[in-house]
Amino acid sequence: MDVIALILASGLRSATPLMYAAIGGIFSERSGVVNIALEGIMLTGAFTAMLASYYTGSPWLGVLIAMIAGGLISLIHAFVSIEFRANQVVSGVAINLLASGLTSFFLRAIFKHAGQSPSVNSLGKLPIPIIKDIPFIGTILSGHSPLVYLALLSIVLAHFVLFKTTFGLRVRAVGEHPEAADTVGINVKKIRYICVVISGIMAGIGGATLSIGLLDLFTEDMTAGRGFIALAAVIFGKWTPFGAFVATLLFGIADAMQMLAQTLQITFLPREIWLMLPYILTLFALAGFIGRATPPAASGQPYDKED
Amino acid sequence: MKEVKGFEWRKAINFQLLGNLVVPIIAVIFAMVIGAIFMVSIGANPFEAYWVLVKSSFGGTRNIFETLVNATPLIFTGLSVAFAFRCGLFNIGGEGQFLVAYITAAWVGAFFNMPMWIHIPLTLLAAMLAGAIWGGIPGLLKAKLGVHEVISTIMFNYIGLYLVNLLIRTVLMAPGTLPATPKIAKTAQFARFIRGSRLNWSIFVAALAALIIYWILWKTTIGYEVRAVGLNPFAAEYGGISVARNIILAMAISGALSGLAGASQVMGLELRALQPFGFIGHGFTGIAVALLGKNHPVGIILGALLFGTLQRGANMMQSIAGVPKEVIHIIQAIIIFFVASDYAVRKIYRKIKAKQAKREVNE
Repeated sequence: MDVIALILASGLRSATPLMYAAIGGIFSERSGVVNIALEGIMLTGAFTAMLASYYTGSPWLGVLIAMIAGGLISLIHAFVSIEFRANQVVSGVAINLLASGLTSFFLRAIFKHAGQSPSVNSLGKLPIPIIKDIPFIGTILSGHSPLVYLALLSIVLAHFVLFKTTFGLRVRAVGEHPEAADTVGINVKKIRYICVVISGIMAGIGGATLSIGLLDLFTEDMTAGRGFIALAAVIFGKWTPFGAFVATLLFGIADAMQMLAQTLQITFLPREIWLMLPYILTLFALAGFIGRATPPAASGQPYDKED
Repeated sequence: MKEVKGFEWRKAINFQLLGNLVVPIIAVIFAMVIGAIFMVSIGANPFEAYWVLVKSSFGGTRNIFETLVNATPLIFTGLSVAFAFRCGLFNIGGEGQFLVAYITAAWVGAFFNMPMWIHIPLTLLAAMLAGAIWGGIPGLLKAKLGVHEVISTIMFNYIGLYLVNLLIRTVLMAPGTLPATPKIAKTAQFARFIRGSRLNWSIFVAALAALIIYWILWKTTIGYEVRAVGLNPFAAEYGGISVARNIILAMAISGALSGLAGASQVMGLELRALQPFGFIGHGFTGIAVALLGKNHPVGIILGALLFGTLQRGANMMQSIAGVPKEVIHIIQAIIIFFVASDYAVRKIYRKIKAKQAKREVNE
C-alpha cells in the first residue's frame, strides 16, 4: 500500500514538468504551429530559473524569469515560422540547438566549470493542511513543490480557456481552418503569436520545475528529452488538456517505476524498457491502436493573407 | 517580346544564385558575427577565437585531416536528411538510425571472424540495414497509417537510444566494467592514413555515397519517382507512381545513409561501441548541413566541411581562447534560422526589385 502511494507521488512529481510543457504544446499546435522546440524552451526555463534564484536568492523570481525567457525564445520560433514562413520543424530544431548552446555556454562562462551549477534556493516542499493527514491520499498529494499543485490548476485552467472562452474558440478555429477564421475577422497571425508565446511561457515554467522545483540546481542538458515526451503527451492526449494530463501521469508513473526498480534492484524489466514506454505508447496512439489521433488540420501550415 | 524574355531569364538566374550561394554565405557571416557578440559578452576576444578556429582547422596536414574526420559523419547524415527531403519527407530520426547502426556495426565487427574483403562490406551492409529498418518503419507508418514522420522519427530516436544502451549494458558488453562492446576485429576496421590522425577510409565511403545519391536522384527511375512524389504527391499518384512505396523506400534509404555514419564511427574511429548516454548530434547537424547544401550532394559536402571545421575549431577555441565550445551550437542554430527563412529574403528581394522596376518605369 505504502509503496503504491510512493510510486504515485513520485509519478506525479515526474509528470509535473511534462504537464506545463504539454499545455504549452497544446496551445501552439491548436493554433496551427508545430512546436518541437518545447525541449529547448524547457531547457532555457530551467537555466534562467536557476540563474535568477542564484543572483536574487528568490526562487519565485526564478519562476517569473523562466516564464519571460521561455516566452522570448518562443517568440523567435513564432517570428521565424509565422512571419518568415520558415519550416516549423526546422525552426524548432534550431531553437533546441540554440537553447542547448546558450545554456551550456553561459553555464561554463558564469560558473567556470562544466556540468552543473552550484545549488541555489529552491521552492521547497509545501504540505497541504488536512489532506496531509489522510493516510494514503496524503502521501500522494501532499508535500510536493508548489509548482506541482500549480500544474494541476493549470490543466483545469487550460481546459477552460481552450473550450469555454471566445479566445479558445478562436485558437481552435485558426488551427483547423485559418482561411475561414480570417474571413470572419479573426487575426490569424496575432492568435498564433499569442499561442506560441503561451507555449513558451508554460514550457519555461516546466523547465523551472526541473531546476528549482524538484531539484535545486541546473545540470547541462537536464531536460534530457522531456520536451519530446511532453510532445508525445500532447499527441497521446489527443490535443486536449485533460488527455495530456492523463498521458503525463502515465509517463510519470512509468518513470517512477523505473526509478524504484533501480533503487530496489528489481530487474523483471530492464530500466531501458520503462524509459522507452512513453515513446512506444505514443507510436501506438498515433498508429490508431488507442483511438484516433487527429492533429489540428492546419498544424504546420504557414498562413499568409497575400497568397 | 524577345527582350522581355531575355530579362526574365536574367531574373531567374539571379534568383538561383541568390538562393544557392548568397544566402548560405550571408547566413554564415551573420552567424559568426552573432557568435562574436556572445564571445565579447563574456570578455573573450572573438578575433583570437576565430583565428584559433582557422589555424586549428587548416594549419597543417594533421589539422586538415581532423577536420575531414569531423566532416565525414555529417556528409552521411546530410545526405540522409536531403534524400528524405527530396521525397517531401522530414527525417529527424538520424540520431536513432545512427545509433542502431552503430551497435550493429560493433556487433558484426566484434563477434564474427572472416577475411577483410567480406568483413568490411558485411559490417557496412548490416549497419545500413539496421538504419534502413529504423528509418523504414516510420516510412511504413506514414505510408500506411498516415503517422507524421517527424513525430515517429523523434519517438524512434529515443527508442533506439534506450535499446542501444540496453544492448551494450547486457548482451553485447565486453568483460570488465567499461560499458562498451568488445573491440571490433582488425578485419572490420577502416585503415587510417597516417599516424596521429584518425582520418580513415570512411571519407572515401562518404564521397562515394554522395556520388551514388546524386546518381540515384537524377539518373535513375527510382530517383525520378522519389523526386516526383516530393514535388507533388497527388500528381505523382495520378501519373502512376506509387506514393506509398516511394515514401517507404525514401525513408529506408535515408535511414541507411544515417546508418553509414554510425558504421564509420565504429569502424574508423572508436573501433567499438561505447554506451551512449545521449545523442551525439550528428543527425541534428545533418539537418543543418542538408539545409545549407540545398539538398544537393555537392552542397552537402561543402556544408559538412563547414560544420566539420566549426566542430573541430570549437574544441580548440575552448582550450586555447577560453571560449566555451557551445558557441558553435549558437552559430549553427543561427545559420539554420537564416537559411530556413530564405522565403523572407526572397520576398524582400522581390519587393526591392519591384520598387526599382517601378522607379525605372517612372523615370
